[in-house]
Amino acid sequence: MAVQAATATSQGTTPETPATTTSAVSLGPAAALSCRECGTRFPLGPIFACQECFGPLEVAYDLPSGDPESLKKQIEAGPDNIWRYAPLLPVPADVADKPNLNPGFTKLVKADRLAAELGVTGGLYVKDDSGNPTHSFKDRVVAIAVEAARAFGFTTLSCSSTGNLAGAVGAAARRAGFRSCVFIPHDLEAGKVVMAAVYGGDLVGIEGNYDDVNRFCSELIGDPLGEGWGFVNVNLRPYYGEGSKTLAYEICEQLGWELPDQLVIPIASGSQLTKIDKGLKELIQLGLVEDKPYKIFGAQAEGCSPVSTAFKAGHDVVRPQKPNTIAKSLAIGNPADGPYVLDIARRTGGAVEDVNDEQVVDAIKLLARTEGIFAETAGGVTVGVTKKLIENGRIDPAKSLVVLNTGDGLKTLDAVAPTTGPTATIRPSLDSFREAGLG
Amino acid sequence: MSVNVRIPTILRTYTGGQAEVPAEGANLSEVIADLEKNHAGIAARVLDDTGKLRRFVNVYVNDDDVRFEGGLQTATPDGASVSIIPAVAGGC
Repeated sequence: MAVQAATATSQGTTPETPATTTSAVSLGPAAALSCRECGTRFPLGPIFACQECFGPLEVAYDLPSGDPESLKKQIEAGPDNIWRYAPLLPVPADVADKPNLNPGFTKLVKADRLAAELGVTGGLYVKDDSGNPTHSFKDRVVAIAVEAARAFGFTTLSCSSTGNLAGAVGAAARRAGFRSCVFIPHDLEAGKVVMAAVYGGDLVGIEGNYDDVNRFCSELIGDPLGEGWGFVNVNLRPYYGEGSKTLAYEICEQLGWELPDQLVIPIASGSQLTKIDKGLKELIQLGLVEDKPYKIFGAQAEGCSPVSTAFKAGHDVVRPQKPNTIAKSLAIGNPADGPYVLDIARRTGGAVEDVNDEQVVDAIKLLARTEGIFAETAGGVTVGVTKKLIENGRIDPAKSLVVLNTGDGLKTLDAVAPTTGPTATIRPSLDSFREAGLG
Repeated sequence: MSVNVRIPTILRTYTGGQAEVPAEGANLSEVIADLEKNHAGIAARVLDDTGKLRRFVNVYVNDDDVRFEGGLQTATPDGASVSIIPAVAGGC
């Protein structure tokens, strides 16, 4: 096998081999992998589930110590992409010199017109991640996974995807010199299929929903057919997920090294939300921001709302659902990080809410007409849920609020096309224009 | 009922490296008990201290997630394919 890590297989040490924290690879400040459930630590390697309890593994760090002001200056002097935060990420120190898509440092838009519409007076911001190289936040997580794949000697990049990730992996693989083979549900939006296929790697439609695709990939990884493959969101998932921390770093840096009071984050698997929380806590721990309470709110589509349903019912366990929503990038019926999202929403005093497909479309249009930002359906979910949470009093309109738009509306034209079009079609004459009442 | 069980890499040390093993049982609970008989230690990795499926384990009987079916009481017809899969994969 082409893996040069501390492990002999793509999933874990053996029961006979005691887990240690000595790693054979170097990924910057990453020290080990740690189980979120039982705390068992493992060497850095292409593993994702705990040998002891199947719990998710995440990267544990030896974070930089010392003067926070010096670290701030170091970050601010870095490149205008996520590598400015390399000292806080599982990547080699020279990561900026390697071929990568270099995503991140997207705009934090002060959304005053949307704020006025929603009655927010404490400052409303949209973190617009449609500005990434393949037009979604996925470029952040894939960029980190690429570096892990390099470190572990993989030659093929792969993933299970609801569309955005397939494009991000395809593009990053080309730039970084990997083969790619990505898997998607066969019925995705046409735009996403084209944007994933254009990079020339293998794109495979699976006859099933995302959870079926995910299951297939999980089986493939344990088969000789998948040897030498780095699945960014399976065996590289602990590293990949860390890319979402950069959203937290950027938001705080762009607010002048301050924590926002409230954040609204979409939930698919829930990983992004948990990693943003992790990033915020790291900034506090490092002294880069002043420690103060913040609330994290999760947003789902009603047609795929397992976490929202569990939150409202007061449950700790997330019961899987069969997705049925236009927000396909969030259509994960069995969200791996759902229980942790519940913990975070409750710990911070936030909430998890959902909106129906009609409200998603209305919210996409609301953001577009107030701020000139065309969000994909996931962005419609976050804006729609934000509106709902303000209306039901969960979000305090007098406090600062950051809403994530994680992707470009051009990816999900189908969602708005039926209710969006020309105001009028006229003959090329002034009379015709006058008759249309548009003068 | 004789079924075929797909074993994830993480558990293959209990099956001598085999990715698929046969097992007997009319439902998932019986299949896991039979697995334990032939591959000691495996049940404790799949089930928690109260005998329920662990939070981060997905089990499929043929193409059906048992959490949508009868859980551990899900029937395992003769010739069925049972897959045990870590649940933490996917998404973001």
